[in-house]
Amino acid sequence: MGLREDYLKKFEGKTYFWLGDEACAYGGVFGGCNFFTGYPITPASEVAEVISGELPNVGGYHVQMEDEIASIAALIGGVWAGARGMTATSGPGFSLMQENIGYAIMTETPCVIVDVQRSGPSTGQATKPAQGDVMQARWGTHGDHNIIALAPNSVQECFDLMIRCFNLSEEYRTPVILLMDGEIGHLRERITVPSLKSIKLKKRKKGKKKDLLFGGELIPPFKEIGDGHYLHVTGSTHKENGIRDVESQKVHEKLVTRLYDKIEKNREKLVDLEEKWMDDAKIAVISYGAAARPTEGAVALLRKKRKKIGFMRLRTIWPFPREQVRALGKKVKKIYVPEMNLGQLSREIERFVDCPVVGIPKIGGIVHTIREITTAMERS
Amino acid sequence: MNVRFCGFGGQGIVMAGYITGSAAVRDGKKATQTQSYGSESRGGACKSDVAISEEEIYELESEEVDLLVAMSQQAYERYIKTLRKGGILAFDEDLVTPKKTAHKLYKIKATDLAHKKFGREIVANMIMLGYITSISGFVSKDSMIQTILDNVPKGTEKMNEDAFELGHRLGSKVK
Repeated sequence: MGLREDYLKKFEGKTYFWLGDEACAYGGVFGGCNFFTGYPITPASEVAEVISGELPNVGGYHVQMEDEIASIAALIGGVWAGARGMTATSGPGFSLMQENIGYAIMTETPCVIVDVQRSGPSTGQATKPAQGDVMQARWGTHGDHNIIALAPNSVQECFDLMIRCFNLSEEYRTPVILLMDGEIGHLRERITVPSLKSIKLKKRKKGKKKDLLFGGELIPPFKEIGDGHYLHVTGSTHKENGIRDVESQKVHEKLVTRLYDKIEKNREKLVDLEEKWMDDAKIAVISYGAAARPTEGAVALLRKKRKKIGFMRLRTIWPFPREQVRALGKKVKKIYVPEMNLGQLSREIERFVDCPVVGIPKIGGIVHTIREITTAMERS
Repeated sequence: MNVRFCGFGGQGIVMAGYITGSAAVRDGKKATQTQSYGSESRGGACKSDVAISEEEIYELESEEVDLLVAMSQQAYERYIKTLRKGGILAFDEDLVTPKKTAHKLYKIKATDLAHKKFGREIVANMIMLGYITSISGFVSKDSMIQTILDNVPKGTEKMNEDAFELGHRLGSKVK
């Protein structure tokens, strides 16, 4: 057994009262992370605090950078040198990272970016939670692109989804976002660490000399710096061998369409959602992240009053589960969407359904209460 | 069972919530703990909520609590309206002057005792934890002590445990 397994064994099967941020850090370590770069920011700092203490125990490295731009730049560089890496930040830092997230997409760099969303815009309510980055996660970087973003709603899921983030980033050779929120990041609850044996880690598919670094197949294998390859890696439009070509319309179209398609064509494999009480539902409620907790409580309460209401929770936010939502829109008469923003996912849902979509927005740094959700549902 | 600890930053309010929730998990129950604090590292308004249940916990922001632990006047005034009718108010009597309300009142000189008996005001939260463990019984004493011992800085275990025990004794006298 290696140093990593030896060390992680002590956590196996144990129950803890961890913060969401803490579970996210351990999920990263169990997900194979050996490199973390970051800059502290509430409410994500605890991810760095915990992982900076643990990475040296598993032979990994933590680097605190001078800001978020440098953090993601160093992350991308580290991954090209062979690391399995992540960073963690919140809204303002996530904004600073956007350009290099585009660079990671364009250079097909597998990495994980945790955004523990806080109340904005700007400094906003720095210590308070929100879900205002749903669209920033999707469209924050410029140009045509696709993205994978997962949203946990419990401390256990911060751990579990972090492992999935790392696996997806390797499988699709792309940055993956764990779209947490400050409510879940700063929530403590019971979590049980699974056994190392039960965690399947997707290994990096490494390219051989003859393999094209940026083409040849939908998801080309990765060639690391230091493995003896001649590499050319650029955020500019490039040919399948990596050489820059910013003049050809065809080269650009082929590259960017492939980058888009590797997620688009696997949409169904990436979709991950939970449904409850849908069989006889006439009305549905869709939510995600922290807002999904009181939402589920509200639906449970209304079910007790014999109301035919179903509950859908998205664990994968991007790519959006449009076929599932489209089907739901045909089945129910109305869809409610509680979220901690002024209506970001509800607008996305509207695009795919014909039935009325009623947002239940809440901003100001406090998650919905069950009563607020049931009251809003009774009102409209 | 919903408990809300409130006071100002630096009093160990978040720690008190953490110990309580963690002890409940040790008891085999489901528990959540949330916290809210200002941007200041000391002195700002601070609260920490703990929910303990045998079932899934859906409500992350309690509208009503069963037990309010107040360690400052400012926090008391802000949160007393969140205490349900007939709920328990436990407060530091040197720091909080409560108004007449329909609640069960339990007072203790937690900060003063911490200073006089231990020379460390920081253990006021442990005295308060012992006190409310005794008057409410929502978490087992054993789990609380174990959790405290696991989480306080090395070398301070005995002081913290003694502070907890002092609060617990005083609580059992008023019950």
